[in-house]
Amino acid sequence: MTVALAMLVAWLFATGTYLLLQRALTRIVLGLGLLAHGSILLLITVGGRAGDPPLVGKDDDGAGIAAPLPQAFALTAIVIGFGMTAFLLALAYRSWVGTNDDEVQDDLEDRRVARQVADDEGHFREPDPDEDEPWDEWDDDDAPTEVPK
Amino acid sequence: MTLVVLPVIIPLVAAGVALVSQQSLLTQRVVALGANAGALGTAIALLAQVESDGIQAQTIGGWPAGVGITMVADLASAMFLVVSMVVLVIVQWFAVGQGVDATHPRIGQPVYLVLSAGVAMSFLTGDLFNLFVAFEVMLIASYVLLTLGAGAAQIRTGMTYVVINILASTLLLTTVGLIYGATGTVNMAELVTRFTELPDDTQLALGVLLLAVFAIKAALFPFFFWLPDSYPTAPVAVTAVFAGLLTKVGVYTMIRATTILDLDEAKWVLVMAASVTMVVGVVGAIVQSDMKRILSFHIISQVGYMIMGLAIGTVAGLTGAVLYVVHHIPVKTALFLVGGLIERATGTAALHRLGGLVRRAPIFAALFAIPALSLAGIPPFSGFLAKLAVIAAGLEAEEYILVAASLIASLLTIFSMSKIWAGVFWGTADDPTPAMAAADENDVKLPVDRVTTAATAVLVAATLVVPVFGGTVYDLAERAALDLLDPTNYIEAVAGS
Repeated sequence: MTVALAMLVAWLFATGTYLLLQRALTRIVLGLGLLAHGSILLLITVGGRAGDPPLVGKDDDGAGIAAPLPQAFALTAIVIGFGMTAFLLALAYRSWVGTNDDEVQDDLEDRRVARQVADDEGHFREPDPDEDEPWDEWDDDDAPTEVPK
Repeated sequence: MTLVVLPVIIPLVAAGVALVSQQSLLTQRVVALGANAGALGTAIALLAQVESDGIQAQTIGGWPAGVGITMVADLASAMFLVVSMVVLVIVQWFAVGQGVDATHPRIGQPVYLVLSAGVAMSFLTGDLFNLFVAFEVMLIASYVLLTLGAGAAQIRTGMTYVVINILASTLLLTTVGLIYGATGTVNMAELVTRFTELPDDTQLALGVLLLAVFAIKAALFPFFFWLPDSYPTAPVAVTAVFAGLLTKVGVYTMIRATTILDLDEAKWVLVMAASVTMVVGVVGAIVQSDMKRILSFHIISQVGYMIMGLAIGTVAGLTGAVLYVVHHIPVKTALFLVGGLIERATGTAALHRLGGLVRRAPIFAALFAIPALSLAGIPPFSGFLAKLAVIAAGLEAEEYILVAASLIASLLTIFSMSKIWAGVFWGTADDPTPAMAAADENDVKLPVDRVTTAATAVLVAATLVVPVFGGTVYDLAERAALDLLDPTNYIEAVAGS
């Protein structure tokens, strides 16, 4: 039983990590959800064998019951995870409203460095005007408007 | 005894009150500022009590320690709490002066109070799982504050911040689960002894996992990439408080964790991480051309110094780390507030559009110079004291790599600070903003907002408290370090609660 649960935790972590590495925001949200499920299941698994009663009986000293702490942890983690997922979805929706796109946008700094390297090595290509200009995404007008030479 | 829980409860209750009093901005501001000031008062009282009576602990709900949640205040956490609360109150004052809390819906102040409560709880908790909860309270508030305006840039950078932090929190939860599985407790005082009973490999694996999670929060190399991208786009009051506090909460938890765990085998990891963080952060700062981005990269470099003290691992090293955190929180926040003042007065934070502010706004120049010199470690400011403590500890412990890295980083810090100084305060702007051009044309000073400038000036004055009372602060930090290295008092206090 515990081995099966442990393998399930591993599987949840693996798929969660895979989804997290995707570029679509909804997949990232799902990936984080799977990771959270994995860790909650892990919390339950470390609580020991399943099947013990959750309550202390009248003539019982409490030794035979299921560990209560991991269950309290798991409940707390579920509530927090729910709130975080709701917030992330709202953020992803807002991003979709703003850009009409579900993809995580490029890091501007990275793009700049990549262009500079390409330029230094002599195979810099003028950006295609049809392509989205990443600089448009800067809110203020102080952002670099051209690739620094 | 109950003093330990008050800095958490007061802001949380006030957050509820502020949320329902959205109709009246004045009520909301009075409640919010009053609550944070009250929390600051209790934090100071708590520090005084810890200083005179030793470590204070309180287990909540009448449960025995180990089942119930324990709140503990030792000298290190009480000192950090007081400094953080000072910064929180002053930044709140600044935000009120800028009127950023007046936009609808008025959730800025309530969320800010939740942030205060989360920060206080992170410092005071004596329970690993409760630390996870405290982080979540603090982080959900920070997510909301970071994306409050919901502009395109804020959403883009906010997304990185939110995703990386949720991932780190999930990892923390996993680590807490594994630690509970291995030891059967999440109470930090009980963990100290239970941990030593584990096999060496298990200790090392769990310890490294825990440190890695906290390193993400602290923006330590190689986990720093999220910070310079997400901080500068937020409103300046938000950036200032994040820059001052949030990464330092991560540093505090790393300090706390290494005292619970015995990690001699992993020490070289900390040494390397600290050295590289110091240098990489400041090199990143040098190539930037926007004031807020330069300052954001400096945060990373400065975190390296704190972890350097921790990596040295001696009493002197930890004293240095504690001093560095105490010095850094107000100084860094002050720098960001001055950046905000300049941005508000001129309309930009880009270096090439600024210039000659030493004539146009001499008060900004003065307010910037003091924390900037302090950050670079020039005597007699607080940064000198903190850096001297860390570097002297490094020399004593013969950690020459760390000392060399810290000296190089110091030089480069001065260089990048002088880049801001030359770009903003001297010379003329290449491409002046309308406000600057108007001031130049009429040869008048830039308009200075009284309330926000006063708030910044008070914070800058507060940074001078550390060097003025240098001896006292050093003694306190040294006693804090002794308690951190020898957890006997901590365990006793928790067991007796």
